[in-house]
Amino acid sequence: MLQKTATEIRKSIITSLTEAKSGHLGGSLGLADFFTALYFSVLNHDPQNPGWAGRDRVILSIGHVAPVLYATLAHAGYFPVDELNTLRKLGTRLQGHPGRDHGLPGIELSAGSLGQGLSVAIGMAIAAKMDHRSHRIYCLHGDGELQEGSIWEAAMAASHHKLGNLTAIIDRNGLQIDGNTEKVMRLEPLADKWKSFGWNVISCDGHDFISIITALNNAAHSGDVPSVIIAKTMMGKGIPEIENDYRWHGKVPTSAQSALFLRHLEGNNNL
Amino acid sequence: MTNYSNKGDKSTRAGFGEGLLEAGSRNSNVVCLGADITASVGCNLFADAFPDRFFSMGIAEQNCMGVAAGLALEGKIPVFSTYGVFAALRAADQIRVSVCYNNVHVVIGGAHAGVSVGPDGATHQALEDMAMMRVLPNMTVISPCDATQTRLATMAAIEQCKGPVYLRFGREPMPDFTSGDLPFEIGKAQILLPGNDLTIIATGHMVWEALQAAEILFHSGIQARVINMHTIKPIDREAIIHAAMETMAIVTAEEHQVNGGLGSAVAEVVVQHNPVPMAMVGMADCFGESGDPRLLMKKFGLTAAAIVEAAKILRSKDKCRWDIRSETT
Ligand SMILES: [Mg+2]
Repeated sequence: MLQKTATEIRKSIITSLTEAKSGHLGGSLGLADFFTALYFSVLNHDPQNPGWAGRDRVILSIGHVAPVLYATLAHAGYFPVDELNTLRKLGTRLQGHPGRDHGLPGIELSAGSLGQGLSVAIGMAIAAKMDHRSHRIYCLHGDGELQEGSIWEAAMAASHHKLGNLTAIIDRNGLQIDGNTEKVMRLEPLADKWKSFGWNVISCDGHDFISIITALNNAAHSGDVPSVIIAKTMMGKGIPEIENDYRWHGKVPTSAQSALFLRHLEGNNNL
Repeated sequence: MTNYSNKGDKSTRAGFGEGLLEAGSRNSNVVCLGADITASVGCNLFADAFPDRFFSMGIAEQNCMGVAAGLALEGKIPVFSTYGVFAALRAADQIRVSVCYNNVHVVIGGAHAGVSVGPDGATHQALEDMAMMRVLPNMTVISPCDATQTRLATMAAIEQCKGPVYLRFGREPMPDFTSGDLPFEIGKAQILLPGNDLTIIATGHMVWEALQAAEILFHSGIQARVINMHTIKPIDREAIIHAAMETMAIVTAEEHQVNGGLGSAVAEVVVQHNPVPMAMVGMADCFGESGDPRLLMKKFGLTAAAIVEAAKILRSKDKCRWDIRSETT
């Protein structure tokens, strides 16, 4: 069931980006399984009432993978799937990076300048604690994004303020625009870094639903310690032609490529 | 001739601290974030009174600004005060995207404005903050003239604004001369002295200097209008246009770079509506330095005497201009 949903989300990512003629394909596809598990199995939310005060909050610190968020929200029922074809076009609610002022349901934060989301999530988590509300705050990060210093300012603050209601998620695909993260600016030992900042560190396979759901559930039971899930993912996952190829970070397929990619996914669905 | 007298020197940061405490007492949604210099930026009164609503964020302004945005998204009214140089410049991208683009009600206190910070020197003297903040969409920029007004402005920023606010204030005790009864309305400039020979538009500490300058000019037979431009954005266009039409010459005065600050903001209105000669008193595209606050203001030309000189030069140029015009017609 989740697998079918993830495939539909991948198809929507490909068609909306092909139609938009610009955007970020690789990272969006790589997160499709995680978003499926998060929105269709774990999150406490109501697509018919997106402003419900008791909802879990999801912040996309890496605004450039907006296509996976939009596709997930549409398939979850926040807005019509057809609207995905307006991505990045003038007048759209689906901005290149999420913009709250354009009124798309389900968007918690306008973001896209890297390294800022975790701080905002901390503010939301502090507010929830002050008001004794039990919803959780999830914040999505890229691995390259962790090179921003403000992330580590925030990492310090979250454990200092005992924000057990906060879960950071790292899309650990090992790639960024210039190539391998370890060559561009080494991140390892990544788990140790977060541990030393006082976080509950959980690793998971970002393409295995059981692994993802277990990680998210474990994160919700860490007492007053914030959790970080390092999700091992593959950029471009699901499309063999582009898997693990960093050149697909900010590229979109031609219509011919798009048709080929969609046929791959149809094939998967019939397995 | 001036009706304004100094009730005693008092720092505008003290006024900020009092306003924050008062607004915080009235509304339990007001929260305060600290970046290690809590007492120095006037937040200690609030922190002591409401420890459950004060959050220490350490020396990490970028994170602190984002945290403020998150609190505001959840309905809190966060006040984050630190030195203006660190708030407006170090955390500028967080202010632009997390605060202004999301259009959330975060009150940013920009402390230690101007060279009157004194001995700490150039690194800690905020001289570019108004320029940085006033170009950001959705942002309101307030620069009150004395401690009494800073208290009122702080309460207004917390209780009346809906979006982001940058509130600027200084460190050094300075003349406290306005009455607590003088109504403070964001975006509405105050004509402190009437006059039709020229207008001095000043902000912050320079408003007191402008009043002294008007007194000196009065004795030379020049009746200057003095406007306290306590809100830099949205700027009171009407007050500026009236001043241009009715007094034909404008001197601006600010403890800030003239590039991009009050002088620029006034000029933007003047040139589009009713161009008149202008002179700008302020920092002339340079950094400050260490020293006694009063001596620094003198060295960098941030005094009543400098305003008087600018006014007289402007008047003589103006006279020249009128002479040329009458000769050619
Ligand atoms: Mg990456």
